[in-house]
Amino acid sequence: MSSERVQAWTEAELGVEGRVLDVVRAPAGVLSTRGDDVDPTAPETVQLAADLVATMRVSPGCVGLAANQVGVGLRMFCVDVTEHPKSRTLHGTFVLCNAEIVESSRNEKAREGCMSVPDFTGDVKRASRLTVRGQIPGTGEEVVFATDAFEARALQHEIDHTDGLLFLDRAAGAHAIYPRQTYL
Amino acid sequence: MSTDSTDLYAVTVLGHDRPGIIAETTAGLAGLGLNIEDSTMTLLRGHFAMMLLCRGAVDASAIERSLDGLGSGGDLDVAVRPVSDEPTPGAGGTSWVLTVHGGDRPGIVSEVVAQVASAGGNITDLTTRLAGELYLLVAELDLPVDADADAVAAGIRAAAERLGVTATLRPVDTDEL
Repeated sequence: MSSERVQAWTEAELGVEGRVLDVVRAPAGVLSTRGDDVDPTAPETVQLAADLVATMRVSPGCVGLAANQVGVGLRMFCVDVTEHPKSRTLHGTFVLCNAEIVESSRNEKAREGCMSVPDFTGDVKRASRLTVRGQIPGTGEEVVFATDAFEARALQHEIDHTDGLLFLDRAAGAHAIYPRQTYL
Repeated sequence: MSTDSTDLYAVTVLGHDRPGIIAETTAGLAGLGLNIEDSTMTLLRGHFAMMLLCRGAVDASAIERSLDGLGSGGDLDVAVRPVSDEPTPGAGGTSWVLTVHGGDRPGIVSEVVAQVASAGGNITDLTTRLAGELYLLVAELDLPVDADADAVAAGIRAAAERLGVTATLRPVDTDEL
């Protein structure tokens, strides 16, 4: 049920125009600090949700963006992996507040990048089966849903951001970080 | 390959990068019948850096002569020296990955790795990178079997806090197949 609700959600529900914000880069302190829990029904939360989606949309290759990445220390992020070839289960565009992992399994290692760490990519092991819980901005309704493959990876990457962790903090080893060859 | 009556040599090549350095080095070693064992090569800020261990029944001066051409341009330093066989590390202890990142400043590596050393930990692999203002260290390390990993992690975090950087210590996750 929650899965269908997330799938049906679009940023049009927010009812406000999103603004494109600047993305902050490491070593900005906000990226290494756990965000505060956010009130999903507050008007400023709704505006920030729209801003995150708008900023994600204009950023080439961006499949997710957390509030700390635009300099706001709150536990909220958007995701949309629809166009990514490694995606399997898809929930389209969605924003989650105060999200947490309920269940995870089947770790797989893959190369990740991040708009806030533009000069590096890195190998990170993450669960490829995932169940998450969070709240939808605006209505504040709680959703719990399962996903897999690349959407699961994107969700874990974004939830890490809300906890003040970068993919660098999960590097698989001393040779698992690479200077970026191609800038999107 | 038997290690009897043969010597182990460390060969280091450092300097200006160009295509063909590894090919020339290994051709010289192969020509002497040397067997390359462990080796590592990387680019450090664009500088070529290679270390390799090779074994064979030759003396160091013969190896140096075989690599003479490499250093003749004046932009590569080549060094050859005999090394002794190290005993295989004993089993036991625990393996960890340490990540440190933050704004660049002097002393990040020394202060953080001092915490590892004071716990009797041994760093087995280390990479540091600087990109713009971001300094990054990723190390693999072993802690003694009786080490208090939580205390080591706390010491590392405290050192990182003093430096204004972030540190994460995680157990190595090995999937045996």
